[in-house]
Amino acid sequence: MNLAMPSVFDLTQPLQLTAALTPDLVLIIGAMILVVAAAWRPDSAARQRVVGWASIVVTLLAMAAVIYFLIEGYGAGPGPIAVDNYRWMVDIVILLGTLLTLMLAIDDNDRELITAPEMHVLVLLASSGMMLLAAARDLMIVFLGIELMSISVYALAGINRRSIRSAEGALKYFLLGAFSTAFLLYGIALVYGATGATNLEVIGQRAMANGAGGPLFVIGIAMLLIGFGFKVATVPFHMWAPDVYDGSPSPITAYMAATVKAAAFAAFLRAWLEAFPSAFNAWHPAVVGLAIATMVLGNAIGLRQQNIKRMLAYSSIGHAGYLLVALAAGTSQGASALIFYLLIYTLATFGCFAVVSSLTRTGAGTVRLEELAGLWNVRPWTAFGMAVLMLALLGFPIFGGAGFFAKWYVIQAALQSDTPQTLLVVVLVLTTVVSAGYYLYVIRVMFMRPRLEGLALPVRSGGLTRFVLVATVLLLLILGIVPDYVVRLTSAGRPQLRSPARAAPYAVGGGFAQPQPMLRR
Amino acid sequence: MQPTLPLFYTFNFYVFGIVAIIAAVLFVTRRSPVAAAMWLVTTMFALAALYIMMDAQFIGAIQVLVYAGAIMVVFLFVIMLLNLGQPSDVADARGRGWKLVAAAIGVAMLAQIFALTRAHVQPSIPPGYLARQIEYTGVIAPVAGPLFNEYLLAFEVTSVLLLAAVVGAVVLGRRRTAVEDAADAR
Repeated sequence: MNLAMPSVFDLTQPLQLTAALTPDLVLIIGAMILVVAAAWRPDSAARQRVVGWASIVVTLLAMAAVIYFLIEGYGAGPGPIAVDNYRWMVDIVILLGTLLTLMLAIDDNDRELITAPEMHVLVLLASSGMMLLAAARDLMIVFLGIELMSISVYALAGINRRSIRSAEGALKYFLLGAFSTAFLLYGIALVYGATGATNLEVIGQRAMANGAGGPLFVIGIAMLLIGFGFKVATVPFHMWAPDVYDGSPSPITAYMAATVKAAAFAAFLRAWLEAFPSAFNAWHPAVVGLAIATMVLGNAIGLRQQNIKRMLAYSSIGHAGYLLVALAAGTSQGASALIFYLLIYTLATFGCFAVVSSLTRTGAGTVRLEELAGLWNVRPWTAFGMAVLMLALLGFPIFGGAGFFAKWYVIQAALQSDTPQTLLVVVLVLTTVVSAGYYLYVIRVMFMRPRLEGLALPVRSGGLTRFVLVATVLLLLILGIVPDYVVRLTSAGRPQLRSPARAAPYAVGGGFAQPQPMLRR
Repeated sequence: MQPTLPLFYTFNFYVFGIVAIIAAVLFVTRRSPVAAAMWLVTTMFALAALYIMMDAQFIGAIQVLVYAGAIMVVFLFVIMLLNLGQPSDVADARGRGWKLVAAAIGVAMLAQIFALTRAHVQPSIPPGYLARQIEYTGVIAPVAGPLFNEYLLAFEVTSVLLLAAVVGAVVLGRRRTAVEDAADAR
């Protein structure tokens, strides 16, 4: 048995499959150790902080493993998971989000007196599900990754057990999540019925061989689209998002709005590019319709929100629409644009929620826009950071940092696709103008309105929260001036699509494809 | 070319099939949760019988043990612990509109099943292959082989998934701590 790491993993060998999953295993094993450590002693605020810091260390270790794999440039033969730069780049976005979530959560739990140290463990478990999603090249692994992520996040949404709104949001999320899972499973079953495979590559090859694929295949894709649509919160499958985002603790809201969305989009895009390119004409109009509805409605309803968490929820729905534009391009250039957008969007979202978390009064759960009035006078640096983050989400050049480039690359990918998506780009630009209505309104309120009479000064926020705010704002501004290096990295991170000729026949689903006695008694 | 099946086999197939369908219909239409759960058990038993008739004795046994046994017992425990045993309007909040929608989806799925039975699906295994396989290895190996080879990763990930579910349920469901009481008292 050869224990040395090959440069191309043979995923049919359990040992090499394990080696190809090293970064994921670091996270899972760390979570398992910490769940025991969390249960070892009674809950207390100190315990929560210790487990939180330990989780940060585990996340950093996983990040180091990911970067090692990225630099070494491993590849893999056919199998249930992919080993390519796309996976590692998405993993970096996910682990970055995890890191920021844990940092915000340590401070936020202190303020809200949430003492369950298992919260951090659940974040780690959800993130390991997301990393599997980034790697998944098999619909069964996609399903399990989504479930591992979702089940952990259902519990995280309700982690503040003293808040009724939190419980309501968690229950709503759980029920609608279970509902959407049914669509996903049914879609997987139909695609399996049509092609006899769950492996994305094999599905792609067989669908290509059969022409566009029969009605069974197309209905299956439609069901999968609905399932993914729920997970990434696109209109009309978005109705759970505002209530859930509003009810959850701020760090978890940021985690759901940015990282959960990133992981779901990563698997969404890989499935669509690897398994369903032959049915492009069937799914493309549906994706375009979803993208337009999501961009228009998400941004339009966002204009009317007075509660900043709900406003950010609708803004995140709008951003899901922009990301769908990158997906609708259907090219690997779209994939690189998607990764870059996800990275920038993750930074901006966590920065915003660091501000929300630092301004939240204990037990209030959220911040109303009027509480931001005159923030410039009492907390100038927070107000400045929030302004940069709002401009980044808007996609404003220079002052909004890299937010502009994120949108720029999406537009570029959409226009340079084989079938230029002019309509989508027009809608994207117009809805961005609409979104200025609420992003700039926040800035106006902070800088130009007098502070409300009798409103107490916000309590000085914890060091980690301030660190998250400073780090995200600085990174966004720096990337806004010198985006080249990260852009090169993300454009190397397109899924490596093997040409059908090179791929060995590998039937993950077809256990009975070649009849031969399997095991002798 | 369909092989003709013995009359006894056909008779049993219809008996268990009809029992399964009737029990499933009763399961979704009963107002009392306990009655609904018992009809679900009946459906599970009838399905187990159908599996055994298809030479999948192991799956049939697992069906009875896991679904009819373990899961349904937990189900009944939950119903009793939450004191939902009595039929009530709260327990059954389904309005007429939703019932119509559900019926429409049901009819659509039924139509799909009919369409599938009329389609010419290539059998993925040659006739008699499974019987020979069972002769070679017994009934468990055809399940265990793929499970621990091709689907090994999925199998292992499922265990992590269950761990996450347990941790989540325990965190949300356990008793309030002294710190939480103190926080509310403030």
